[in-house]
Amino acid sequence: MAKTKLTRQDKILTFGVFSFLTFAVIVVAYPLYFVVIASISDPLVVNTGKVWIIPRGITFGGYAKIFQHKDILRAYRNSFLYMVTGTTLNLALTISAAYALSRKDLIGRNLFMGILTFTMFFTGGLIPLFLLIRGLGLYDTFLVMILPNAVSVFNVIIARTFFQSNVPQELLDAAVMDGCSDFRFFFSIVLPLSGAIIAVLMVFYAVGHWNSFFNALIFLKSRERFPLQIILRDILIQNQFQEEMEVTDENAVMAMMLAESIKYGIIIVASVPVLLLYPFVQKHYVRGVMVGAIKG
Amino acid sequence: MGEFSTAVGKGAEETGIRATHKVLLRVRIIQRWQLYVLLLPTLVVIGIFVYVPMYGRIIAFKNFKPYLGILGSDWVGFRHFLRFFNAPSFWRLIGNTITLSLYQLAAGFPIPIILALAMNLLPGQRFKKTVQMITYAPHFISTVVIVGMLSVFLSKNFGMVNHFIDSIGGERLFFLGRPKYFQSLYVWSGVWQNAGWGTIIYLAALSSIDPELHEAAIVDGATMWQRVWNIDIPGILPTIVILLILRMGHVMSVGFEKVYLMQNALNLGRSEIIATYVYKMGLLNAQYSFAAAVGLFNAVINFIMLLSVNRLSKALGQTGLW
Repeated sequence: MAKTKLTRQDKILTFGVFSFLTFAVIVVAYPLYFVVIASISDPLVVNTGKVWIIPRGITFGGYAKIFQHKDILRAYRNSFLYMVTGTTLNLALTISAAYALSRKDLIGRNLFMGILTFTMFFTGGLIPLFLLIRGLGLYDTFLVMILPNAVSVFNVIIARTFFQSNVPQELLDAAVMDGCSDFRFFFSIVLPLSGAIIAVLMVFYAVGHWNSFFNALIFLKSRERFPLQIILRDILIQNQFQEEMEVTDENAVMAMMLAESIKYGIIIVASVPVLLLYPFVQKHYVRGVMVGAIKG
Repeated sequence: MGEFSTAVGKGAEETGIRATHKVLLRVRIIQRWQLYVLLLPTLVVIGIFVYVPMYGRIIAFKNFKPYLGILGSDWVGFRHFLRFFNAPSFWRLIGNTITLSLYQLAAGFPIPIILALAMNLLPGQRFKKTVQMITYAPHFISTVVIVGMLSVFLSKNFGMVNHFIDSIGGERLFFLGRPKYFQSLYVWSGVWQNAGWGTIIYLAALSSIDPELHEAAIVDGATMWQRVWNIDIPGILPTIVILLILRMGHVMSVGFEKVYLMQNALNLGRSEIIATYVYKMGLLNAQYSFAAAVGLFNAVINFIMLLSVNRLSKALGQTGLW
């Protein structure tokens, strides 16, 4: 961009932009930062409102308690399992369907796209889906956490746009000339070219599985199958009423403060897998992919 | 497939052409069978888990008895719909759903646009990257954790917000139990979580604006503000319109999860929305047909909204979805 001397008005605007964005960063970051410092501070100090900027009375006792909690550990394992198997299935379906739909010589392509796109605006609704799941015998099974959401139409469209603009037609023409089958072309030429989109989709799907709460709420009933989010709900949210009670007993207050403090650690522990994926997003995020997707 | 079109002579009879086309179509489909194999699993999944329940929505017009199944149950026409329209909670549900949704739209829609325009004005890349990295992060946190954070921060006896209020001499409040705070808490925690992520699409649109426009404007002595107003904003307007249409199509469908998680007996007056009502009536009270009717009513309103906003946008000379 051409450099010119900034006018007074420009300087004011630039200053305004800097201040606004700095403010935005602080507003977003502070609650996250507070959770971190609160999770390693002395419960008594945190819960009497004496921790604001730096952690005080550093202790990892809260974390120790979390890793001894049977429900949390089991739910953590469950969620991990749902995430890995679910994401694998998601990727397999999404990538292959998206590639097929990106091919101009797929007869009926517009019809298939129409069938898929329509589901983004009108769906089956909760009650019929629930009755279907029960009818299929999927209620309270491992599979129910994976099958109904095996593919996201939005992600298919994103991937299709990617293939359309990143797999050159000449490549296909040349391969067809050499007698390469569609399978072979897909597996040995398209897939190796698609690292970026696979990474993006993997992050989307994995985060989705890890954070998913609704399906487990509706379709699971056995505690041993519960994913982490359900257990988190029980611990983080459902005991909110305890504090409406007037507490006078000293020991009870201490116990409640401890319980309250552990929540900060739980928030961290629950978010770690997703945060580990985060740098990945930064690295692989393909902007163009999203833009093409809106117009589908 | 060029070789086939040359096979059909120019002077052939029209019926002949049609017959040949039919054969050719079949040949072309068979030739590409592997592509259909790739597509099939997705179609099956969508067919079973979206289209079958979509058909199952007819349960709303029946009196569903589990032992008769959806198809075997008796038709009752619009009885369940009428019951819903006449229910004492009808207007409260509609009101709660629409006001929450519009509040969310009014706050949540413009903020990412403003953020993106601001980020786009930053001269260097470093601060921009930092802003992006930090503001994107909350998007990856689960709804349960977000509501968990709200409940911990807002805790009456132990939460930081009430400690702060206490320290400046205010009175401690149980925010999550007050109906009047429900909508603001819902909307602004949503803005906190998603405003940063929402900038991505606008930043992409901004980066595709031809830099020559800006250069020409600078040569002509345009100020930064004039360039934002006359180049950047018109440049992202189509994106804004499309996203707005999509959002309007969901105006009646506030996400179930977060409302459900933030709901408690005390704030029910404001926090009961159609989605949570369907869940309670259908899955907790097992009034399947009635709940399905409520759900269908909601989905149809959404769909009509989408169609009308799309049409309106086209009539005004803007982009539409189709």
